Order: sequence, then structure tokens, then C-alpha cells
Amino acid sequence: MLLDVGRFIRKSIRETFSMAVLVAAFFAALGAAAPSAGQGGAPAGAPQTQPQPTATPPAASATATQNVTPAQAGLNIVVLDPAHGGTDLGARGTGGIHESDIVLEFAAQVRTALEAQGFQVVQTRQGNANPSFDDRSAMANAQRGAIFVTLHIASTGTPGTARVYVMNDMAAGVDATGLIPWDRAQAPFVSLSRKLGDNVQALLAQRFKGSPAAVQTASVRQLRTTAAPAIAVEISSVTVEDRTQLDHMVPGIADAIARGAAAFRPSYVLPANPGERP
Amino acid sequence: MILPRWRWWFLVALLLAVVIAAIYLPILRRNIKQAAKLQQRSEEQARRELTQPTVINPSDPKVKAKLFWASGADDGTVSAVTVDLPLSSEPVLRAKQVLNTLLAGPVDTELRTLPPDAALLAFYLLPDGTAIADFSEALATSIPSGIQSEQMAVDSIAKTLAANVPQVRQMKILIHGQEMETLAGHLDLSQAFVVNTNASPRADSGGTGSSTSAQQLTPAATAVKLAASPSDAAARP
Repeated sequence: MLLDVGRFIRKSIRETFSMAVLVAAFFAALGAAAPSAGQGGAPAGAPQTQPQPTATPPAASATATQNVTPAQAGLNIVVLDPAHGGTDLGARGTGGIHESDIVLEFAAQVRTALEAQGFQVVQTRQGNANPSFDDRSAMANAQRGAIFVTLHIASTGTPGTARVYVMNDMAAGVDATGLIPWDRAQAPFVSLSRKLGDNVQALLAQRFKGSPAAVQTASVRQLRTTAAPAIAVEISSVTVEDRTQLDHMVPGIADAIARGAAAFRPSYVLPANPGERP
Repeated sequence: MILPRWRWWFLVALLLAVVIAAIYLPILRRNIKQAAKLQQRSEEQARRELTQPTVINPSDPKVKAKLFWASGADDGTVSAVTVDLPLSSEPVLRAKQVLNTLLAGPVDTELRTLPPDAALLAFYLLPDGTAIADFSEALATSIPSGIQSEQMAVDSIAKTLAANVPQVRQMKILIHGQEMETLAGHLDLSQAFVVNTNASPRADSGGTGSSTSAQQLTPAATAVKLAASPSDAAARP
């Protein structure tokens, strides 16, 4: 038996050597493949950014609302913007909480509250897309008689508080054609935005102790190009250990936005012609 | 009998060598990669040290500099802390000195407004009082994302400049030499921030840009024509 095996080895010794070389090569290849597979893991998320079907959903929903927009004048549309999305996660908490996910879920509840107040709601994103700032603004700028509300979760601030921000005062651009320049679309609306913001902030302050009493100003990129009364609502914060703490805030946030917007209705008198200053 | 046995041992040793090599190879790769990264980092450090000489000159007269860090009220406000600093009378150097001190942070690290790893790469002051502050990428990547936190960072920079460098009228923030749309997803960096509407620029280069127009300068206008009138700045299709 042993002799048989020995003879077998003697015969196939070269094959065994080549096998060993092959095995070595195999392991070497495996070693080389494993790290590169590990590296490939990170960019695997990248393709998400590349297909940018972002233009399609806004366009689709924009046309959808245009079709259903009633002829009646006055404020009746709220463009609701769950910030970030796609590969842009926004603020990130230690507990794996992402701003982009939460604001999308919150938007659904805010939408329901707004609809209960008789508003039509246009959302800048439905799923995990990331439209550009300009795309989001464009959805509000395409509407007549709309207000714009962008939803955020902060990384800072006392947990359980919420703040409303409006754009700082901007000098209105003077365009030869009399149109509002895109770069400064918010300029003619700042005082209206502040009024809307104060409405919402007052309601938030009642509900969430520690929140400021009046609206705050900040140069928020999203608001600058929005030609409508526009506010940013920021909730504190992603640092909470338990997400339910944030979830408990949503009904209050939704109610404050909806009632604040409803109370703002009489203040917003639409200009006679589209594109005109309010 | 002995010969085959010897060959058996030889084969086993060979296989063992293959297995060891298979295990060791990925470790070796990892080590090499780590070593490469380490070297890169130290190069980055060396570059930073080269581009960032210590700008504080002890022979300069000590002044009470006001540095704005978080007020600690957790409401997004910043408050002034007075620090005795030897500051140069030359505005650019002075601005670098106060900004570097601001970046170094307050005694209570909780009151920081800027990430500890952020650095000021360059600072320019144009004749019309526009300051251009170029920060390292860490300012954008390490700052907690949010309207409040980002506004606080810009507030602390703008107010510190306003309090200590009277020549600065407005400030534009660049990240690693690039114009950015936002700081960390919220705050608009494409425009210049008003620092001091009563600034006394070094040379009045016929700046028609009023104090209110400062904030509204578009990036293009800032780059091309810093003292542009608001109507010029607005000209964009």
C-alpha cells in the first residue's frame, strides 16, 4: 500500500510541484482579490450618485401638480422639501441616525397635517433621491401662490427643540427685464418669509420648551434661490440616543407648520402677474 | 521506504509554506498600504508646517483681542472672549493671527465653533475690504452638519474678524482654494459674508458696492469685479 503510494508520488512528483505552484498562485490571487474586494465595497455605493434620475421625479411631480392646480388665487400650495437624500446623508448621529432618512419620514406626516389644512403639497423628493438645490427651488418657483418649507435635523442644539430659519435680508437684484434674478430669488420675499417663520416658530416655542420665540436668520443655500415665502425648520438633534425621541416631536412639528402656514394665508397676496414681486 | 517518506515531508513542508504565504501575503499588503498612508499623512503635515509658519510674533504689542466662540447657551449664539495676543498692525498678518487663535479653540473645548483639525491655508485682503479666507477641507468635512452649527462657525469667523481687523468689510470663504456651494450641506458659501459695514479698507478703490450689496455678490461677480454694483452682480441668465 505504502509502496504503491510512493511509486505514485515518484511518478507524479512534477505534477504535484506544478499543483503546489498553482495552489500558491491561487492563494496569492485570493490574497490580492480580497483587499481589492474590500476596497470595492466603498465605491459600490458610488454608483448611486451616478445615475441621476433626480431630474425625472421633480419634473414628473411638478407637471402633476400643475395639472391639478386650481385656478383660484391665493396661497394654496406648500412645497415641502425633505433635505439631503441619495448619497448625501446630511447630519449623522452616533446611533446611526441619518438626517436624510428621518426628514423623508417626517415629511409624510407634515404633508398629512398640511393637507388637513386644505393645502396641496408638492414634495421635492419622494424617495432616496438627491435633487440639486436649484432643482428643489425650481419646484417652488414653478408654482404660483406657493410657500416653501425645507425640513432639517441638526447635529447641535438642545434635543427636543426646533428652530425656524429664514434668509438674511438681501438687496433685491435689479434686472433689466424686471424679472427676479435666480441667484437672489428670495430677496423680495424675505419679509414674507419672516412673517411665515414667526408664525411657525411661535407655535413650536409653545410646544417645545427651550425653542426660540422668534424666527432666526441664516444664509441657508436652499432658501436663497427660492422665489416664494420660504422657511427652513431644523429639529435638534441627531445626537439623541433613541430615535423615538425625535419621532415623538413630529406631530407637534407637523401641526406647527400646518397651522403656521394656514395663519399666513391672509398675509400672502399674490402679485398680479407671475414673476412680479409680491 | 525512506525516500518516499522524505518526499512526503518535503511535500508537507511545501504545502505548509504555501499556506503560510497565503496567510502572510494579505497581511504584508495591508502593512505596505498602511505604511504608504502614514507617509502621505506626514507629507501633508510637513506641507502644512511649511505653509503655516508661526505667525505670532512676541515682539508685537499685546492687545486685547476679542475671539468669538460658542456662548454655551446651546442656542447657536457666539460670545466674545478677550485674549491678550501680540498682534501685528499689518491687517493680513493680523487676520491670520486671530483666525489661527480662533481655530486653536477656547480653553473649554465644548465651546469650539470650528473643527480642531481645520487649518487656515491662506488669507488675502483686497483693496476694497474683501477678505478671502482659504481653509483646509477639514473645515467642511469635520464640522457637524446643520444650519445652526454651520451658521455658528461662520458667525465666529466673521465676528472675530470684525472685532480685530477693522479693514475687513466682507469675507469670502474658500475650502482648499475652491469655491463651495455650501459649508457642510446647509450654509451658503457662494456669497461673501458681511463682516463690518463700517470697515475702513486700506485704499478706497472707488468701491461703489454699498454695505448692503456686499452680501449679495455672486461668486462670479466676486471673482471678476469685487466692487461691482448690485445690478452688475445680478446679471446672470
